[in-house]
Parts: sequence; structure tokens; C-alpha cells
Amino acid sequence: MISKRVSKISSSGIRKFFDLVLGAEDVISLGVGEPDFITPWEIRESAIYAIEKGYTSYTSNYGLLELRKAISKYIYDKHGVSYNYENEILVTSGVSEAYDLAIRTITDPGDEIIVVEPSYVAYKPCIILVDGVAVSLPTSIENNFVPTYEEIEKKITDKTKAIVLNYPNNPTGAILDKKQMEEIADVVVNHDLILISDEIYEDLTYNGKHISFSSLNGMKDRTILLNGFSKAYAMTGWRVGYIASNKEIIEGAVKIHQYTSICAPIMSQMAAIEAITNGNNTKQEMIDEYNRRRRIIVGRLKEMGLNLSETKGAFYVFPSLNGYLGSEEFSERLLKEKKVAVVPGNAFGDCGEGFIRISYATSRKNLIDAADRISEFLNSLKE
Amino acid sequence: MDEILKILEDDARISYKELTEITGLSEEEIEKKVKEYVDKGIIKRFKAVIDLEKVGEEKVYAIVDLKLNPVRGEGYDLTAKRISNFPQVKEVYLVSGAYDLSVLVEGDNIKDVAFFVSDKLATLDRVYHTTTHFILKKYKEYGETLFETEKNHRLAISL
Repeated sequence: MISKRVSKISSSGIRKFFDLVLGAEDVISLGVGEPDFITPWEIRESAIYAIEKGYTSYTSNYGLLELRKAISKYIYDKHGVSYNYENEILVTSGVSEAYDLAIRTITDPGDEIIVVEPSYVAYKPCIILVDGVAVSLPTSIENNFVPTYEEIEKKITDKTKAIVLNYPNNPTGAILDKKQMEEIADVVVNHDLILISDEIYEDLTYNGKHISFSSLNGMKDRTILLNGFSKAYAMTGWRVGYIASNKEIIEGAVKIHQYTSICAPIMSQMAAIEAITNGNNTKQEMIDEYNRRRRIIVGRLKEMGLNLSETKGAFYVFPSLNGYLGSEEFSERLLKEKKVAVVPGNAFGDCGEGFIRISYATSRKNLIDAADRISEFLNSLKE
Repeated sequence: MDEILKILEDDARISYKELTEITGLSEEEIEKKVKEYVDKGIIKRFKAVIDLEKVGEEKVYAIVDLKLNPVRGEGYDLTAKRISNFPQVKEVYLVSGAYDLSVLVEGDNIKDVAFFVSDKLATLDRVYHTTTHFILKKYKEYGETLFETEKNHRLAISL
């Protein structure tokens, strides 16, 4: 009954493992890809107020003007790039929708889109759904999960349309330095490509300041910048994200968006205005706390002798299992024997095999207890 | 504010080991810093926040607002300090607006507090007006909400 396209998408290979985790009790989960914080009260309160005041309608397809203005100002203040709020910013239902729109807007059947792996799980399926070709570009722990100029260039053909990047990265926690970014930007410019840059973890950068691709020379027009409120403001359930790009792309994306989702929920957009305008302090408190947890888990994993790349962003670590079991067996046994849930690295692409993703978006106590258990588990494997 | 102070302000019982892990400093460095903060009086005390109602130890509290005549050369300090010295007085603030001092008084029962206000506070030389607000219920104290806190409802695993 279903289309060939849909049958081509494999529902995430680790579904079975997910069911195991969801069915287990008393588990410490390091497998969650969202903040453990509840949305700060002042943000929630502004949505309650919006509902009380009768904000229950559709908004402009582009999103509330006030929110677009605030986003435009935010990007300008932070990165010095100016996006016209009238036609260069589109508010979406989370970055998931933003990414899907970006792909649909630029991809014709047969177009190749390079996806840097390990990668967030939605990147490839959305390409397949429009009959595009998702080209995997595996990265390695030796290069801190960042692709080099040469590696990218090797994947480029005359059908290559775009490359998808996500730094700070889910699942590896990698960030880019300016030199790496400039190298990547050079490939993009030299080969006349589009860069889809998912910067949802932008604020969760623990070393230095995040640089946006669109701020690099000549990149604004080539970049489809995706960002949102979910991670930094602990607003995953609100579903608010945005695309910032040139007018042509945004107008294309709006065409799809108006027919498929119309607009992000108005009360969520109202909450997002509060978040982006006044949420800086509470956001910073959460970021500081993630950083504390990051130091704990990185220290513990190193003590255990696990091989780690540099982990300076998002809230993930992606340790190599050093050949102790494969990703899935390790994760399953850790769950069954020690009641700790992690995500097998192969969920994020073939090159993630032999790794696990650990999310430190959980309390310090949980993190320390879980680290003790992982350590016990590793010792039991050595015996 | 220093990272260590921020963490201790939230959790004074955190172990030096955990502080080491969080900050990347050695245990000796942390011990030295904490000692320094204590010696300098930056950290005044390590206290516990207790929900007295749950202990069954019900104290009575009142916020007492006072109007007073300042003393030349001393302002309100003299009287404020005198008031602060009473063990029943838990907090004393000089405030702007209709009143001059706002004082939190603790007692075993209403009579106790009422007597303290009428006998000790209202009779002070410089005090010419008092208004007593008995506290009926506490919702938040020292930045801690005292009612049931909310829970995160996220799933145990997500990508």
C-alpha cells in the first residue's frame, strides 16, 4: 500500500532497542536527546498569558513578525549577519520541519546531498523522500568527527547539490574551529554548493564562541541556516525553529510550509519571543550546568580508558568502545546488566559502529551513578 | 561569581571530589579556595534549608514593618543593629517606600510574636509605627519552592 519511497526509508534500526529501554524500569537513562530541564517559568508564563489573551489563531506563514524581528536581531547581534525579517527568515515547527523544508526546496530527483556522518537520524530519510540521493561522508574519531577538505571533495560529483552539517554535533559533541569552517566553506564555494547548516546546538558551545557558517565570507547566500529554541531554552515540546537564508530559498520554503503546516503554533511562537528577548540569563545557567556535567562524564570515561574525541559542544559524548563488543550488544547488555541506557552509535550511520552516544542532559547524581555502573560493566567485560 | 561559589550556593554538601570533577581543579586547590572564602567571610556559613512544616515543628513567623526616626549621623543603623541582635529576628532590611525597616520575626506561637513586637520592637526609642503581617503559608524560601516540584515528562530515550 505504501509508496516505494517510503519503503526505502528504514525505520530506525534500533527500534527494538528503544522498545527495550522504554519497557525497562529503574533505568538511568543517558539516552535522551533533549534537555532534562523544564522550560524556564517566564517562558511558560508568556505562553499561558498568550492563551489567556486569546492568541489561538494562525499566524503569517512566515511566523509572527515580532518573532522574526527578534530572530533577525539575535543573529545580527551574535554573528553580524543581517537577515531581512520580511523575507529571509521563516519560523517553522522545530528544526525538523526546517530541515525537511530546506531539502524539499532545493532538491530535484537525482540530486546528491552529502551527509556528514555520524549524523542526526533525520538527515538521510528526508533526502530519500524527495528522490534525492543521500551520500554518506563518514568521519573518524581521529579527526574529531570533522570532515577535511579532501574528504568532502572526494564525494562531490556533478550532481552534488548541497552538504549537510551539524556543529555542535549530535551525536559526537564535536564543534568546528574557524580554520575548519573556512576550509569547508571553500569547498562549498569552489563547487558552487549549498550548505545546510543545522546549528540547533549553537549555544551549547563550551570552548569559545560558536561561529555561524553564514558569517563567513561569501557564505550568507549559500547557507541555509537552521536553528531553533528546543535545546538552549529547553523548549523541545514547543516545536519552534527557523530557517534563515536568502530570499529565493525562503520564498520557496514558504510555499511548501504554507501547504503542509501553515505555521508553528502561535502560543509557542509567543513563548519563543520571550525566550529570545529575555531568556539569556536562565539559558546561561543551563549551559553552565551542562558544562559541569560534561567535565564529570568526560573525566569519568577517560578514567575508564575509553577513547574520546574532543567534546566541546551539544550535550553528547561519543566514546569508542575500543573493541569491547559492538554498539548494539554493548548497549543491550549495559541496559540489562547495569540498568543504564545509552544509544548505540550505529544508529547515527555505519561509521558510528563501535561507539555509543552518551547524553549528559541529566542530573549530576545520575551521571555519576551511571558512570560507576558503566565502569563496573567494563570491568566485568575484562574478566 | 566564581564557579565554586555558584555550585556551593546551590549545594553546600557537595564533595570536594565532585567539585574536582566539575571544575577540573585539584582537590587541594579547591580546599584552599573554600578555606579562603570562609576565612574572608565570603562564605558565612553552610546551612541546610529545612521545611519545618514537614518536621512538625511549627514556628510562627511575621513580617514586621517599622517606621522610625533616623538619628543624625547614624541614620537607621543604630536601631537596625539593635533589632538585628534579637535572636527572634531572622532578617532585617532597610527598605524604600512607606516603611523604613522590614523585619522577619520568629516565635513559637502568635502570642509569642505579638508580645515580642509590642514589648521589644514598638517600644524602641526611635520606632514610632509598626505593622505586623503574620505569615500564613510559605511557598518559597531561600530560592527554594516549598511545594511539590514539577517533573520532566520526557521519554527515557530519544535521538
